[in-house]
Amino acid sequence: MTVADLLSILPQTILEGLLLGFVYAMVALGYTMVYGVLGLINFAHSEVFMIGAVIGLEVFRFWGNPEAPVISNPFLLLLAAIMVAMTGSGIVAVLIERLAYRPLRRRGTKNILVPMITAIGVSFLLQDLTRIYAALRHNEFNMQYRTYDALNAVFMLPMQTTIQVKGIVLIAVSILMLIGLTYLVNRTKLGKAIRAVSQDMQTAALMGINADTIISRTFLIGGALGGVAGVLFGLLYTNVTPYSGVLPGLKAFIAAVLGGIGNIPGAMVGGLVLGQLETLSGTYLPFLTNGNFGTEYKDVFAFLTLVLLLLFRPQGLFGQNVSEKV
Amino acid sequence: MNTLNAMALPLSISLSAVSGLGVLFALLGQPVISGGWFNALLVLAVAAVLALRLPTPWRSGLLALLALTLTLMLRANNEDKIAFYLLLAVLIASFLLPNLTRLVRIALGASILLIAIPLAGLSNSFLFELGIQIGIFAALALGLNLVVGQAGLLDLGFAAFFAVGAYTWGIFGSPQAAQFIGGFPAQGLEGNFLYLFMALAIITAAITGVLIGLPALRLRGDYLALVTLGLGEVVRILANNLDKPLNITNGPQGITPVNRPDVGILADFLRAIGAERIYGRPIDDAIAYAFFFYLLVLVVIGIVLLTNLRLANSRFGRAWVAIREDEIAAKAMGIPLLATKLLAFATGAAFSGIMGAVFAAKQTFVSPESFTLQASIAILAFVILGGMGSIGGAVVGAAAVTVLNLGILKDFSDLLNTWRQTGVSILGYNMSNLPPQLNPAKYERMVFGLILILMMIYRPEGLIPEKRHRVELQEAREEAKEGSRI
Repeated sequence: MTVADLLSILPQTILEGLLLGFVYAMVALGYTMVYGVLGLINFAHSEVFMIGAVIGLEVFRFWGNPEAPVISNPFLLLLAAIMVAMTGSGIVAVLIERLAYRPLRRRGTKNILVPMITAIGVSFLLQDLTRIYAALRHNEFNMQYRTYDALNAVFMLPMQTTIQVKGIVLIAVSILMLIGLTYLVNRTKLGKAIRAVSQDMQTAALMGINADTIISRTFLIGGALGGVAGVLFGLLYTNVTPYSGVLPGLKAFIAAVLGGIGNIPGAMVGGLVLGQLETLSGTYLPFLTNGNFGTEYKDVFAFLTLVLLLLFRPQGLFGQNVSEKV
Repeated sequence: MNTLNAMALPLSISLSAVSGLGVLFALLGQPVISGGWFNALLVLAVAAVLALRLPTPWRSGLLALLALTLTLMLRANNEDKIAFYLLLAVLIASFLLPNLTRLVRIALGASILLIAIPLAGLSNSFLFELGIQIGIFAALALGLNLVVGQAGLLDLGFAAFFAVGAYTWGIFGSPQAAQFIGGFPAQGLEGNFLYLFMALAIITAAITGVLIGLPALRLRGDYLALVTLGLGEVVRILANNLDKPLNITNGPQGITPVNRPDVGILADFLRAIGAERIYGRPIDDAIAYAFFFYLLVLVVIGIVLLTNLRLANSRFGRAWVAIREDEIAAKAMGIPLLATKLLAFATGAAFSGIMGAVFAAKQTFVSPESFTLQASIAILAFVILGGMGSIGGAVVGAAAVTVLNLGILKDFSDLLNTWRQTGVSILGYNMSNLPPQLNPAKYERMVFGLILILMMIYRPEGLIPEKRHRVELQEAREEAKEGSRI
């Protein structure tokens, strides 16, 4: 392949990276907010995301059943799917906090491994619960989104770039969500409380903020965003399995670290950067190495980014350097 | 509860006695009670002896009686799974009896492992398979326990070291090496080189441990978990993709056949002691290899255990505990943090590396499938179930989860399948409508997840807690109680 060829696919690659980046950004927000208030890597968030995708899929299946559609307009159907998935994922996230993390907080263990191991356990449990559900409902754990011509229609953009309608929807919805969240965190009373709790839980409690309620709300917001991301992700890639949350979740967490963990604008930028990095390496690595290095190496890139980042700039791109207190 | 305690002794004696007599009568050809009721009675008897508070001499006596009963049952019908699981429980319980001297414990363990299980295994080779799996997982659990439990470093990519060990022998003990090394024997090195490669696997795994540890161990606890998870995945991805440009790992297809050592002597030995009568047919490769790998795994586990025990009581072991308890204080006491942590990583990696080589030879097949994130979390579940930092706990945890996965979940799957085929209806639901995808044997992740969650919430110190851990948790609980009073 000549340089001109490589350059000609660049705009399309960047666009694909943008779509993926928005998904990562929304999932990363869930990680970063929970990390902000609890200092916990919520491994189960990747399953909240996956459950969002499954809920969206079921909405499409039931309400969009071609024989007797409840909602026949695909756009309205998508809207309904997003709403239901938001609610569902938010509730799942809140339940996880209630049932698994809160009992640990009550007991007051100082060991940081305990909540993290619990989070991994919750993540594994949810994967197989979803698998049981999929086995009962679909008799298979590979689930497919319904496809609609209206959503799959292709637009031509300049420079031989194409985008599907669902891609446009993804970008629009994500931007809306990100703006909404920024407003919520910076301009509302709830947002102020979240910021207070993440800065200092005890002092916030002294100021009359009920920390447990705020933590619960944080999980709700993070979960809802994860749910939206799940539906959009499922729509884009059409295939959902109980295990399809793991890798995107992991990468979204890397994105959160990239932007400085606990930092909300940082998570958005981190997601977008990681999306670009992944699609660019996924597209160009096979060409540049004559097909010797397959697309799967893009994951290696993401992980190596994380390692290098943590070694040289552990506070992320935007985070402040926090020294450990003795 | 008091009445129950008062009734404990007579209750368990009578239950055990009745079940013992029942077996005796059944063996004499005069069954007095039907099979189903009898099994229930046995389960009750074992549960009573295990769970109720009994004076130690009585408990040991009853355990011995039950062990004899169950052995007789197994002898009569070696497909009897319930008797087998109960026997395992009784054996573990007798091993955990307090006030036994070390010598008695070792003699007990040796007689179980070297006489009882081989005898049973010769008539039902599933037991060897189970024993080998438990041994392999126990070594992995011991390795991870050293890292997570003793040094307090959460490693979520531990299967990577197992993979390195497995590929070390897998590549050179199979036709694979000839693919990228000119002039290498076409069938790979012959099986007896395995012993050399077990030593080499220790080295390669330890080196991998240092390579992964060097960047990862500079990080804080939670980042360490994430980075090890990532790097563990990187190792798997490399194994999955290194079929180009040089075909080193043969990619996702995996490497097969991996050579196994020569077992002629062992087969001769089995023939000499008349094992054919128990086995029921002439000694063949299958049973000889099963027995061989069982012994090999036992030897390796013995070495690993001994190393681990000696290390735990050494300067290094104490340094690990110090780091786990308080990193900054440990540093102030002059412990070199990175070097000590690296040593923990390398040692843990070495334990799983040597078992990796054995695993490759035993399976005669290596593929990236065996070394996923799920495998890493499974090993973590063994450690957590047994108790973080507890050496005995790691072994018991591995054994319990393996029996659950290989034995009980599989049996449950088979039971569901029979129900499905016969169309039994349970609670008004016709079982033949049950989707075939619903297969409990496939839900290992759920088991691991539940173990992790429940143990962390209800018993974070594990089934067999490390002494220091137990004291600590007690203090924390008392503190919390005081706190809530104020």
